[in-house]
Amino acid sequence: MTKLVVNGKHVTVSADSDTPLLWVLRDKLGLTGTKFGCGIAQCGACTVHVDGQSKRSCVLPIGELDGKQVTTIEGLATPKQLHAVQQAWLAENVPQCGYCQAGQIMTTVALLAANASPTDEDIDSALSANLCRCGTYPRIRRAVHRAAAAIKERG
Amino acid sequence: MNRRTFLLSSAGGALAIGCALGPTGGKTWRHFRHTGEFQPNAWIRILADNTILFTLDRTEMGQGTTTSHAALVCEELEVDPRTIRILHAEANRSYDNPDKELRIQITGGSTSTAASWQPLREAGAVAREMLKRGAAELWSVPVGELIARDARIEHAKSQRSATYGQLIRQAAIQEVPKVRLKEPKEFRWIGKSLDRLDGRAKVDGSGTYGIDVRLPGMVTAVIVRPPVRGAKLAKLDDRATRARRGVHDVVHIEEGVAVIAEGYWEARTGADLLKIEWDDGHGGSRDSAALFASFEKLSSSRGRKTVRDDGDAYRSTSSKAIEAVYKLPYLAHATMEPQNATAVIYGSGNAARCEVWAPTQTPGVALWRVAEAIGFDQKQVAIHQTMIGGGFGRRLLVDYAIEAARLAVHTGKPVQVIWSREDDQQTDWYRPMVVARMRGSVAAGNIDGWLHRIVCQSIVADEGPDFIGALMPSRTPRAVRRVFANGPARMFARGTLVDSTSTEGALELPYAIPNLRVEYTPVETGIPVGFWRSVGHSHNAFVTECFFDELAAAAGKDPFELRRALLGKHRRHLGVLELAAKQAGWGTPLPPGVGRGIALHESFHSYCAIVIEASVSGNRVTVRRAVVALDCGRVVNPGLVAAQAESAVIFGLSAALKQQVTFRKGRVQETNFHNYRSLRMFECPVIETYLVPSEETPTGVGEPGVPPVAPALCNAIFAATGKRIRTLPVEAALEAMT
Ligand code: FES
Ligand code: FES
Repeated sequence: MTKLVVNGKHVTVSADSDTPLLWVLRDKLGLTGTKFGCGIAQCGACTVHVDGQSKRSCVLPIGELDGKQVTTIEGLATPKQLHAVQQAWLAENVPQCGYCQAGQIMTTVALLAANASPTDEDIDSALSANLCRCGTYPRIRRAVHRAAAAIKERG
Repeated sequence: MNRRTFLLSSAGGALAIGCALGPTGGKTWRHFRHTGEFQPNAWIRILADNTILFTLDRTEMGQGTTTSHAALVCEELEVDPRTIRILHAEANRSYDNPDKELRIQITGGSTSTAASWQPLREAGAVAREMLKRGAAELWSVPVGELIARDARIEHAKSQRSATYGQLIRQAAIQEVPKVRLKEPKEFRWIGKSLDRLDGRAKVDGSGTYGIDVRLPGMVTAVIVRPPVRGAKLAKLDDRATRARRGVHDVVHIEEGVAVIAEGYWEARTGADLLKIEWDDGHGGSRDSAALFASFEKLSSSRGRKTVRDDGDAYRSTSSKAIEAVYKLPYLAHATMEPQNATAVIYGSGNAARCEVWAPTQTPGVALWRVAEAIGFDQKQVAIHQTMIGGGFGRRLLVDYAIEAARLAVHTGKPVQVIWSREDDQQTDWYRPMVVARMRGSVAAGNIDGWLHRIVCQSIVADEGPDFIGALMPSRTPRAVRRVFANGPARMFARGTLVDSTSTEGALELPYAIPNLRVEYTPVETGIPVGFWRSVGHSHNAFVTECFFDELAAAAGKDPFELRRALLGKHRRHLGVLELAAKQAGWGTPLPPGVGRGIALHESFHSYCAIVIEASVSGNRVTVRRAVVALDCGRVVNPGLVAAQAESAVIFGLSAALKQQVTFRKGRVQETNFHNYRSLRMFECPVIETYLVPSEETPTGVGEPGVPPVAPALCNAIFAATGKRIRTLPVEAALEAMT
């Protein structure tokens, strides 16, 4: 039994302690926004936040997460409004197939929390672990800058 | 013969076509009485509350079909595309691709916008006119005085106005009219960069991809497939697996050994506990190095087939010829979403029904293959399209859907089959491996002779049966379907029939070369091959456009200028070539160590030229800029086209620089993203896209950007370093050179 907080809700999970968080989210909690791409921490499709840090949920055993706060793509927006990063993604028409984008967005939110005005190099180093087979990188870069500006403006 | 013409004619021709009238033409009133909906054709439904539903009959793989097709319908329907609801079509003959050479329900060949350009606009116009006529009747005013705008019909004189929803009863009793389509200058949505309509579900985690389908009581299956294609199960010990908590069953099906469990992790770790011995058969000796050697040997003698023969290429290249051998590896599709499908059986006996949810490009193929695999009639099977995490041609196959259906029959429960990345790499239908031997000669500063020999496998031999089977009427007896579907495949495999996907792009070389010959030798290796974004163009353009530069260098000519000189009256080729060169600043100085390369290719009726700037240090290539010029006819959505050009450059660079699938002892060596690598953000160049303004009918967008990427890159590397790369991928080739 592992107790954790997912998107602000307390949940108790019964799963073998080596079960990766990814499959707990997808199969036990019905949160399918976090995606499976490689299972070996190579693509970033499964990125979530654990206590605010971006993590690869496909290699994160649930047993290590007792008492942790987990945020997934479903937990970013408020009922009224998308997160500034999600809005920037729409404004720049980033998604193609969209499958990698939950991971790209989660990585970006964590990046901007740590670095409010990232340079292109900062963006490259934060996001190069997130693969996109559709090739949306140029737009992601623009969207990160746009989101950073929007967040700053709002203060 | 063209592959698609073949597919069409081999099935006898007379097939229903999804035209503007769709399945309900003439029956609109009866449909209204039953459902209360106005459905003038297969794509449009309007409800009393003014909800407008558009059924998208092509697969959205990221290429933007949702948005561009909605714009086509809405342009004529006079509705803001952002206000309608868009549904995915199920498998149904009304949604067959209107492309005259495809005609099954399929998304491929970069046909979506080109083929639907006319029918979808007509569908919108028919609906609009019926609504107008309904209003005219209701208000007793002349139709000519009515204006349709933003889902309303208005009569200015009498100041009357009604929503479409209020007019559906009257509209439904109208005859289906002949319609006039808008002139381009009247377009409100076509030609504008309408934002993607499918964006929201892709940024908030709410979109349902195939892998996200959830059914009550659903179980998950992981299948251990033979590590060598064609291997047979020799011994199976599943005791440890069965003992694992959460595992329900272990089932041996045609495709492999399936572990059924309560979730993916339980199934995957359960599968890892299986003790399996395979009998590899002769597939166990397949080896990439040996295959390349045998292909190369074949290329030393005349090709089995000559597909083009102008002048006398043998004589012109008999002395002072320049000879080169190009080699390209098998490639995997590596869609971001691994293959998967979900199936359930309801009822039993004659009343049984199989429902499948699949991220597929071909519901039309899935329908007959699933029905046949589980012994159902096609009318007992429903294929539901889901969102799809990348296609690139992989999802023209339906193997995952068949597996899910078989396991649903076996377990009696809803089953979701999920492939791991390793499964996906190991059991793909690869872009064929190719060896091309080139011989050319130059005389008086021009290219005089060109001999191109292609050695590769036929794709149609492997994938053709799926499509031929889908073309045949649903009531075709099983045995007959099998004979017709499988028969021609053998002829393509052996080269009795020439598979045009092997030679496309080489055959149509546009340059004025007096002596030009293209030969083709099909081979069989037992490794399945398939359609991969831009298909035969993906390898042939690399060979032709690199070798062109080799001859230009031999002739002492600038590669851009020589192309221009030899293009003659090929207006659209010239258009993109000159546009790319101009925007890239061809001929202007570059920083030391950086080289510029150009390549040009026509595919899917579109024209694309790319200039790439690159530098090399050791085996590391830095691509700093890519300039794309594209002529795809009239542009429905410039923003989406630019996105596809960016996508093509990144996809093409990933393959050219890094990707290969190799076999050792029959086993795929590149197992996951760490050794089947793709471009990452830090390696991504600046990409600029320029579109040639055009009034021509829209043509392909998703694929034509891919073929020129690899040759432009290797021509740039040559310009930068003097090294001529003839074997892909580049990084491995550079490593072998040092
Ligand atoms: S699925 Fe976790 S990094 Fe790829
Ligand atoms: S949008 Fe398709 S993988 Fe990134």
